[in-house]
Amino acid sequence: MAKRIVIDPVTRIEGHLRLEVEVKNGKVTDAYSSGTMVRGIEKILVGRDPRDAWAFTERACGVCTTVHALSSVRTVEDALDIEIPPNAELVRNLMFCAHYMQDHVVHFYHLHALDWVDVVSALKADAAKTAEIARSISDWPRSSPGYFSDVQNRLKRLVESGQLGIFANGYWGHPAFKLPPEINLLAVTHYLEALEWQKEIVKVHAIFGGKNPHPNYLVGGAPLSIDIDEANAVNMERLAFVGTLLGQAKEFVEKVYLPDLMAVASFYKDWGAVGEGLPNYLAYGDLPTAGYANPDKFKFPRGIILDKNLGQVHAVDPRDPGGIAEEVAHSWYSYSDGDGQAKHPWQGETALNYTGPKPPYDELNVEGKYSWLKTPRWRGKPMEVGPLARLLVAYASGRPDVIGVVNGALQKLGVPVTALFSTLGRTAARGLETLLVAGWAGEFFEDLLANIKNGDTRMFNGDKWDPDTWPAEAKGAGMSEAPRGALCHWIVIKDKKIANYQMVVPSTWNASPRDGKGQRSAYETALLGTPVHDPEKPLEILRTVHSFDPCIACAVHVYDEHGTNQARVFTF
Amino acid sequence: MDPNRPSIWEQARLQGIPRRDFLRYCTWMGAMLGLEASAVGQIVKALETKSRIPVIWFHFQECTCCSESFIRSSHPIVADIILDRISLDYTETLQAAAGRQAEEALHATMEKFKGQYLMLVEGAIPTKDDGVYCCIGGRSALDIVNEAAGGAKAIVAWGNCASSGCIQAAHPNPTGSKPVHKVLTGKPIVNVQGCPPIGEVMSGTIVHILTFDRIPQLDGQGRPKAFYSRRVHDSCYRRPNYDAGLFVQAWDDENARRGFCLYKMGCRGPETYNACGIIRWNDGVSYPIQSGHGCIGCSEANYWDNGPFYRHLAAFPGFGIETTADKVGLAIGAAAAAGIAAHAITTNIRKRRVIKAEIATSETPSADKKGGK
Repeated sequence: MAKRIVIDPVTRIEGHLRLEVEVKNGKVTDAYSSGTMVRGIEKILVGRDPRDAWAFTERACGVCTTVHALSSVRTVEDALDIEIPPNAELVRNLMFCAHYMQDHVVHFYHLHALDWVDVVSALKADAAKTAEIARSISDWPRSSPGYFSDVQNRLKRLVESGQLGIFANGYWGHPAFKLPPEINLLAVTHYLEALEWQKEIVKVHAIFGGKNPHPNYLVGGAPLSIDIDEANAVNMERLAFVGTLLGQAKEFVEKVYLPDLMAVASFYKDWGAVGEGLPNYLAYGDLPTAGYANPDKFKFPRGIILDKNLGQVHAVDPRDPGGIAEEVAHSWYSYSDGDGQAKHPWQGETALNYTGPKPPYDELNVEGKYSWLKTPRWRGKPMEVGPLARLLVAYASGRPDVIGVVNGALQKLGVPVTALFSTLGRTAARGLETLLVAGWAGEFFEDLLANIKNGDTRMFNGDKWDPDTWPAEAKGAGMSEAPRGALCHWIVIKDKKIANYQMVVPSTWNASPRDGKGQRSAYETALLGTPVHDPEKPLEILRTVHSFDPCIACAVHVYDEHGTNQARVFTF
Repeated sequence: MDPNRPSIWEQARLQGIPRRDFLRYCTWMGAMLGLEASAVGQIVKALETKSRIPVIWFHFQECTCCSESFIRSSHPIVADIILDRISLDYTETLQAAAGRQAEEALHATMEKFKGQYLMLVEGAIPTKDDGVYCCIGGRSALDIVNEAAGGAKAIVAWGNCASSGCIQAAHPNPTGSKPVHKVLTGKPIVNVQGCPPIGEVMSGTIVHILTFDRIPQLDGQGRPKAFYSRRVHDSCYRRPNYDAGLFVQAWDDENARRGFCLYKMGCRGPETYNACGIIRWNDGVSYPIQSGHGCIGCSEANYWDNGPFYRHLAAFPGFGIETTADKVGLAIGAAAAAGIAAHAITTNIRKRRVIKAEIATSETPSADKKGGK
């Protein structure tokens, strides 16, 4: 008989995720993914000024801070037909790139690494050998034996103190850990180094958006002003600061993150055949180079791959009423015309309807409703979103830069293309796209300087700032690529206020419960077949679920009682 | 404190940190906490003799922006805090263990260090319908927070969610969301406000508690005075423009490029208490106003319902009705629009009231009592 394992809280993620997993003969035979927290941001948005929505939605997530703000301003701009100046697009792109670099590095070292790296084993390492390995894979300057032995001593003191803090009760010594002590020490050292590094690159957000987390955005452009002859504007000192930060980040990605990723991956090649997941991949694409209206010119292209067929990329349109829709068959919501319906987000209609067990509880009723996440589908099909989806869509679209880095990595690891469809593939894809983004950021920065040199400092299009210029009713959809995958916001504006606001976010696609037909979403599918050495220690399950970089606060925000709007009315 | 746990100075020494650097750190910490030079000796002594305090960090209805901000702290840096100065025994964001092992770590700390651990809360607590809107390990946030608070030495409410409910408590507050101080009573609670708070404010608050073994002095809303006793408006480098009546009139206009005051663009600096203009963000790089966007007031209760964000304050109902003459800050402001002048008067009156209230609070012994063990 299968044994039910409950993992709650799933740690080293954003938000509240619970997994109930059935294990038989050392393998996962079934899995249920549940979001256990809801806030109701969309409900709260109803009746408010659409120009404020970016600030509300940005609070959907502080880890993927900025991405909701970006989708939100695009949604309103789409609804009101606002085209932003090229400089504003470049500033948004630079903030996007800075965020990717920070977020992916933090995911690798601080959220995912402890699934692969045995911290306690690092105590046994020969620091001189670690230094030798470090120098053989990278010319990063901090690689002396003394540097590594200092970290080792620090770790030793921590262990001897008896207060292990964040490392307490970890799965140390688990047979699934395969790295030699020297690589473990290398990774632990860079865990600490990356923790110190990550606060630097986000200074790009502070310069352009005033702070991080939660920098400021603006419908119609970007809130900063450029004047190279002014003390109080973004001038050459500020721009040089950005340039330096981008350069340093690129160096860290190239010389620390990628070499470490490859070194660790080379010991876990068998994970290229675990955690395969769904055969369908969705990416909205992002990083416009010729305006948001021209997705063909995005750095990350838009499209859908079905049945792992890289020979064809299907189009996706968030305005298509028969395209994207959300179901609530297994979600704690109810639809007025029956819970078996699937609704396009513009018609999104949701009411909280908790039918789960009264807390405290041991198990959820997975036959019924079991999550605060809705279940999104594209033409009825479940989709995986995220770095792997982005790279596959770009690969299948024939983008030479993407094909180059993907083939290079496969060759280096000596694994076949099919290894991409896996836990290892997802983790590798995240690193590879960070490398691409680090390079693109430099291009955007040069483009911004070139525009300023040519006399264009415009940052804002104010034609539609005044609500009196708006139509009585407007609808918009704002797509972006959050680090965790395809993100889209839908808005309905009526009488200058938000009448409906819906977000379908990456982790809603990936972490959602089954749909009405019983089809599993990405987490639940990918966990099938994952080996479990010791059901009491769910290390392997964490590997697969962390390969998606779960972000659950984002995913669970949905609550809008469409048609029963009781929000306060503001007068302008 | 457990005598077997090494002190911070012992830890530092064993890591090869020179005494001189250790003392420099103590001096910096004193400066950051706004202390007289004579108090630096106190910090040195405290860090020499104190062991690592056990800390549990909860996440309830939140977005993890507070955790993210915390790891942005540049002085002290977070690796040093979590490895050398505290023992972060439970944190869903960073800890290696998950599920049962994570819960065991939590309970081990709660039992072993009863009365000694610091409880940090990120997120608000839903109270409607038995708290089903936030459950961890099958238990409601309400249940968890009540249990853990019992043995906590002190409680820190991180950010606007835990301090005043933030976005989930905004109208119509669908889940009955409440801040920590509304669900717990009888415990000292420090409200470290902001969405999120500045990283160095978060680390500074922890180090204050660690160093002085008591919570910092608080304002009337439970916020540490060291970081929340000044209005953003009063510490804003653009303030002279406000006094001179020089305002940004539209985004990216000529005045915006010259860095004029953002008051007319909806800036909430005049009603927001925070250290953004003083400490600034991300190691002092900038703050919202410096980067061209007004303050949205994220360190104040109910700021989501004080919008819309781009409508300027004097146009708000109930604002600017107090007309008592007050010369402070008006000399040049008289040239500005009448509504703005009225606002200046109002806010100065309001400010004087707040100052009076603060003096009254600090004269009573309650603040110190709160700071006890």
